[in-house]
Amino acid sequence: MYLRYREDGDAGRATGLTRRQFLELTTLAGTGLTLGVVLPGCSPAGTGTGTAAAAGPSAPLEMPFVRIAPDNTVTVISKHLEAGQGVWTGLPAIVAEELDASWEQMRVESAPAKVPLYQNMAFVPLGVHAQFTGGSTAVANSWQQLRQAGATARAMLVAAAARQWKVPPAEVTVSEGVVAHAASGHKASFGELAGGAALQPVPAQVKLKDPASFRIIGREHLPRLDAKAKSSGTQQYAIDVRLPGMRTAVVLRPPRFGGKVKSFEAARARAVPGVVDVVEIPRGVAVVARDMYAAQKGRAALEVSWDESAAEKRGTTQLMKEYRELARGKQALVAAQAGDADKALAHAVHRVEGEFEFPYLAHATMEPLTAVCSASADKCEIWAGCQMQTLDQATAATILGLKPEQVTIHTLAAGGTFGRRATPDSDFVSEVTSIVKATGAKYPVRLVWTREDDITGGRYRPLNYHRIEAGIDKDGKVAWRQRLVGQSIIAGTPFEPVMMKNGLDPTAFGGNAAEEYDLDHTHVSWTRAKVGVPVLWWRSVENTHTAYSKEVMMDELARAAGEDPVAFRLAHLGKHPRHVAALKLAAEKAGWGQPFAKQGGRGRGIAVHESFGTVVAQVAEVTVKGDHLTVDRVVCAVDCGIAVTPDVVRAQMQSAIGFGLSAALSGRITLTDGHVDQTNFHQYTVLRLPDMPRTIEVYIVPSTNAPSGVGEPGTPPIAPAVANAVRDAVGVKLHTLPFDLAAARRAHG
Amino acid sequence: MSIQLTVNGVSRELDVDPDMPLLWAIRDHLELPGTKFGCGMALCGACTVHIDGAPTRSCITPVSAVAGKSVTTIEGLATAAAKAVQEAWVALDVPQCGYCQSGQIMSASALLASNPQPSDADIDAAMAGNICRCATYVRIRSAIHQAAGALAAPQSKGT
Ligand code: FES
Ligand code: FES
Repeated sequence: MYLRYREDGDAGRATGLTRRQFLELTTLAGTGLTLGVVLPGCSPAGTGTGTAAAAGPSAPLEMPFVRIAPDNTVTVISKHLEAGQGVWTGLPAIVAEELDASWEQMRVESAPAKVPLYQNMAFVPLGVHAQFTGGSTAVANSWQQLRQAGATARAMLVAAAARQWKVPPAEVTVSEGVVAHAASGHKASFGELAGGAALQPVPAQVKLKDPASFRIIGREHLPRLDAKAKSSGTQQYAIDVRLPGMRTAVVLRPPRFGGKVKSFEAARARAVPGVVDVVEIPRGVAVVARDMYAAQKGRAALEVSWDESAAEKRGTTQLMKEYRELARGKQALVAAQAGDADKALAHAVHRVEGEFEFPYLAHATMEPLTAVCSASADKCEIWAGCQMQTLDQATAATILGLKPEQVTIHTLAAGGTFGRRATPDSDFVSEVTSIVKATGAKYPVRLVWTREDDITGGRYRPLNYHRIEAGIDKDGKVAWRQRLVGQSIIAGTPFEPVMMKNGLDPTAFGGNAAEEYDLDHTHVSWTRAKVGVPVLWWRSVENTHTAYSKEVMMDELARAAGEDPVAFRLAHLGKHPRHVAALKLAAEKAGWGQPFAKQGGRGRGIAVHESFGTVVAQVAEVTVKGDHLTVDRVVCAVDCGIAVTPDVVRAQMQSAIGFGLSAALSGRITLTDGHVDQTNFHQYTVLRLPDMPRTIEVYIVPSTNAPSGVGEPGTPPIAPAVANAVRDAVGVKLHTLPFDLAAARRAHG
Repeated sequence: MSIQLTVNGVSRELDVDPDMPLLWAIRDHLELPGTKFGCGMALCGACTVHIDGAPTRSCITPVSAVAGKSVTTIEGLATAAAKAVQEAWVALDVPQCGYCQSGQIMSASALLASNPQPSDADIDAAMAGNICRCATYVRIRSAIHQAAGALAAPQSKGT
């Protein structure tokens, strides 16, 4: 579901979804999605005008994306999940701008699950009508919709004021949440006018602002609307939900992926004080208890025998060996081809080669997966940090034998996701619903995954192997041959029939050099590995590995040709002006042209990459002492079109840099004989405060283009920028992740 | 068995298994959800509370170990250091997903209570046990320095 979304319809080309194919998808997923055209953001829910029935002097103006209440608050209805990426600030900013509201009166709440009203507009050109958050599309796909919503509400406030004051609407002004008529001296707040505005007809057309007059969008620091709740322990997450009579459940899942319950003995588990039920569900055995402590104790006492006949029993050492073999084999599918790479390589004057290995990675969101479900014969309610509401709703409905509209989804703030909560089969939502079904819906159930469940639970960034041969001919033209081997994320999901074309999964190899540079001779192929370890999108998806090998090899080519890494890249980016601008800005701010003191094991490196329509360039400065690496400074330049909330953009770049660095320095999931070797943060180590670069500078490339996403695109460049800096510092080539300088010295001499 | 303890200044009785981790007693039985579960093994800091003022991982602290003691959770934070920390957190927009931040704030306010002018190295040492997967670390560092500055300000005026 992650695609390269641009307003010009690149999305369609990237995924190749057709309307007919999506109809198949919806049938498969049983969603019963509706197709239909809505005038985005304009018409209040269900009626042609404001909520006339409730309207009056003290009534709110209630629209699908905006509610203006008599208490003068303006609430933006967010169709997107807030998981830290800042949509609860970015989306209200767009509305506030067109509405001429004051930032202090803005509020935000989650939309219910409802399509087509709250569908992700990025997918509409493909015929996809689903509500979900992902692919760094939240602000981009809401941009026009919420501008119209804000402008429409503004027009209705103005109309109400004009009518009340008996003045021409054209003479009414709105500023900082105050509606006024200068000549007559009339003034009113939004809250005072809301009831009257609700009685006004919805204008068919509204005029949007000239971006030159934006005063909220682009404001250097617009305080996050969720900062107070998240600094006082009062933000509610799914794990915090309490319902009368609610029970807590944990699930014992198969020890190897693909295993199944053969039989289980629940007597000892049931004997644990506080345990109320032990039930089998499709994904394991659930222990339901009065509290989390009893549930965990009960699970520890459970005895299950597993059918492992279809389980994955290979380990990652074995798998990587097989991947190397597969890269030499004949099953590769061609992903990109231009010119004659083999011939050009044979005549190259400079040639470099590299083999790259990328491990499985867990998302390890700080809030472990959690969902609460309460159901009765004809309805169901779910509280969770839902990322794919439409599919989660459909899955719950299918399990309980209900219609999707009988399932209410309460989307709560998520304690991180990084892609983990966007599972095409709704894993944790389906588990909690299955437990409610198996226990006869006697009580609401809160399902909690422990950290061990999370780390060993699969849905990893796929293991990957790349082999690259690249060369430069006497005219400076580059030839590039790349073989990638890895699992498909979308194969076997409802998305396969619509997203995979000719067996190719674009989320396995997108963002490679053939896409991102102007190269004369390219040949990129992908071999699909079939492994029973479940995989998923992980913050920036395929770009987590394709950007790495691309940017490390571009540096090695530059080095082979004796050219400066920035100049060398610029020479091959003629058709990529946004890459050029970001690269130049990062280089300039980092002082690339100036001397750099390399004493004491210091070095610097650069990388640039486009993903999800946003281009990011980063310069990393490192110090290497023995085999220990410290990242001292990162300079980041980002082109995300109009930066709606610049401080959120900066925060996302800082976050993505830390997230990518975490993986580069130590992120690794390994398996032995099909068992995951890591269980918690002592083994799956993640970046901690002392290892965060002391300095991260973020510069935003000025732009008048429509906004593109910022949640993911900061991640891809950091690991290659650091690897290139290490090469610069001590000459060590880092082709295997996570970084192990001692092993790299041995491997590459 | 009934266990008596003081939580956020109020005397509470808990009738639970004495081995139950304080974290689950606080969350499931005292209904104070601000303290978070992240790992259950003292590896992430999400569950940090103050026990008689000292930052403590409640996920590995049996409730029996705090009998008669005074526990402060994020809901009960009220010291000058804590107030300065929370204000700096909001002013610098530290939180992203926010899930780790109760623990970060508990650790940071305990640090400032014992060391009002921490160096970068002091901050590294005090905060290394608190994981933030959103990597808000740059802002956490800045916010602790800002809070330290705010705490110092009235004193310097007064003397
Ligand atoms: S939950 Fe206690 S340290 Fe992680
Ligand atoms: S703010 Fe998300 S884990 Fe720290």
